[in-house]
Amino acid sequence: MSHAPLLEIKNATQRFGGVVAVNDVSLHVNEGEVFALVGPNGAGKSTVFNLLSRFHTPAEGSITFDGNDVLKLSSDDVPSIGIARTFQNIELFEQATVLQNLLVGRHRHRKSNIFSELFFTPKARNEERQHRHAVEQVIDFLDLQAYRDKMISGLPYGVRKVVELGRALATEPKLLLLDEPASGLSVEETQDMAFWIEDMQKQMGITILMVEHDMGLVSAVSNRVLALSDGKELATGTPAEVQSHPAVIEAYLGTSGIQKGGKK
Amino acid sequence: MRFVFKTSYDADIRWFKHGAQLFWYALLLAMMIALPLVFIISGNSYLLGEITSVLIFSVACLGLMLLTGQTGLASLGHAAFMAMGCYANILLLNAGVPWLIAFPLAGLLAGLFGTIIAMPVLRLHGVYLALATLAMSIITGDVIDLTEKWTGGVSGISVPDISIFGYTINKYANPYAFYYVALAVVVICTMFYRNLLRSPSGRSFAAIRDSEVSAQAMGINLTRTKATSFFLSCTMAGLAGAMFGHSATYVTHETFDIVMSITLFLAIVVGGLGFMHGAFLGAIISGLIPVLIANGRTLLSTTFGININIPGLESAMFACIVIAFILFEPMGLYGRWLKIRTYFELFPFYRKDMFRRQKSYLKTERVQ
Repeated sequence: MSHAPLLEIKNATQRFGGVVAVNDVSLHVNEGEVFALVGPNGAGKSTVFNLLSRFHTPAEGSITFDGNDVLKLSSDDVPSIGIARTFQNIELFEQATVLQNLLVGRHRHRKSNIFSELFFTPKARNEERQHRHAVEQVIDFLDLQAYRDKMISGLPYGVRKVVELGRALATEPKLLLLDEPASGLSVEETQDMAFWIEDMQKQMGITILMVEHDMGLVSAVSNRVLALSDGKELATGTPAEVQSHPAVIEAYLGTSGIQKGGKK
Repeated sequence: MRFVFKTSYDADIRWFKHGAQLFWYALLLAMMIALPLVFIISGNSYLLGEITSVLIFSVACLGLMLLTGQTGLASLGHAAFMAMGCYANILLLNAGVPWLIAFPLAGLLAGLFGTIIAMPVLRLHGVYLALATLAMSIITGDVIDLTEKWTGGVSGISVPDISIFGYTINKYANPYAFYYVALAVVVICTMFYRNLLRSPSGRSFAAIRDSEVSAQAMGINLTRTKATSFFLSCTMAGLAGAMFGHSATYVTHETFDIVMSITLFLAIVVGGLGFMHGAFLGAIISGLIPVLIANGRTLLSTTFGININIPGLESAMFACIVIAFILFEPMGLYGRWLKIRTYFELFPFYRKDMFRRQKSYLKTERVQ
């Protein structure tokens, strides 16, 4: 590609005490691409996400997104440059309705201030209508009509997962970080998720970076895959390339050498 | 069951969901406005004074509800902000500032003061924040003593009367006018609160309450939003404190003590944390309990000849009620009402576990 990638992580390293969670990882995600991070548990996939969300600051390395130095931002500024995320263990606002959750996603587009809100001026009301309209489109896209006024605390797992995706979409991101979008979902729900990911990529033009264990979903939707193990990069390439890469197979299944060693 | 057929986004934005709701609240307001008539006819305004106190207390409860129920920040020091509002009001009035300016200004000063004090403790969570604010309410009395020059300290200070365009209002001289002032303050604070709930600020408060991590990931600045919540909450507490001063007519360093802070906190728990109605129900209950106990005591001594004079009985009974609520009705009185209403709306399909809070999905504590 001629122009610079949308997201570029260069030599990022993150340590927690003696544990090196992410060790000198570099990756770039091009605009319009679906990029997947795979790897065994504890490989550092979610840590990469938390670096991008600025929950952690890497010891070394740089992260640039769309011309911005991400490391200069604080975590609540990250959405304003167009990065939205979901969480591995759903982090919704439990004691609020689906609609309110999605409307929180609109927070970065807020123009009203506390005073116009206290008096609920016509301007604030108008803005509220616009937010509502934007959220309604997300509801339409994700088929959440039946749940609009339901409390999150009473919703089944699969729906929560979709609401969290919706909340991230409501921010109108350029880059969407999906942390295990299919974990805990049934086969049908995973299929829905695959279609949505494809639609988001192709119709909405959203670039997607996801962490996923379901290799079926990964090979169905992603353009490129990066395999991590113990914080280190194992292989990058198309889903098929990565899956057949010897280092990846070794990380998932172990080597024959160890098996031989065990027998001795 | 009622089905609201929504035809525009405004149906989700406006104050009342449907005509019947508007009718009931309008009726409530009309009744509150007409209430003094009952006392004018009967000629006994004692009960009206009690109702006025409940109204004033409910403003303070609304303030604390915004902070604790809506934003999830516990405060056991709200009497300190009430004191701030009260003394600011007195000093401004004594300096010759007209009441219509002094009163809101006193609220804002309390809000500002609260925000400045809260800044260092905003990083704390849960029980630690509660402890820090508890300390605040412990030192209030001492601070009032130390600033005796302005506050009157131990010997106290008398509160000037309310004066609106030359019309003087005193709780004892004209209780009806005083009642209307209190009612106006309650209605205005309620309207502000309701407006907050339907706008981005109110939602960001709730977001912080439910998950700080994802609130941040949605672009909500934690410190700024918490400070805003503290400011609004302390402003309401300050207004309530100023009104409380007018109602007490004389305040000392013991008026806004730690018991008041705790009573406020308990009131919103009993009323129902997180519900605007809960603030009012809590205020009613905390106003009602002392009256009930006093009446019960009189009844016992007059009819059965039993004299109960145990010091601290009221606090003990209130504490028992609160413990019972936390154990058996964590959603408070308003939660109970919601359950009853849902039972009849869905009859016969109501299930016992419908309001059970789900604990089955783990929250991530990793990224913090």
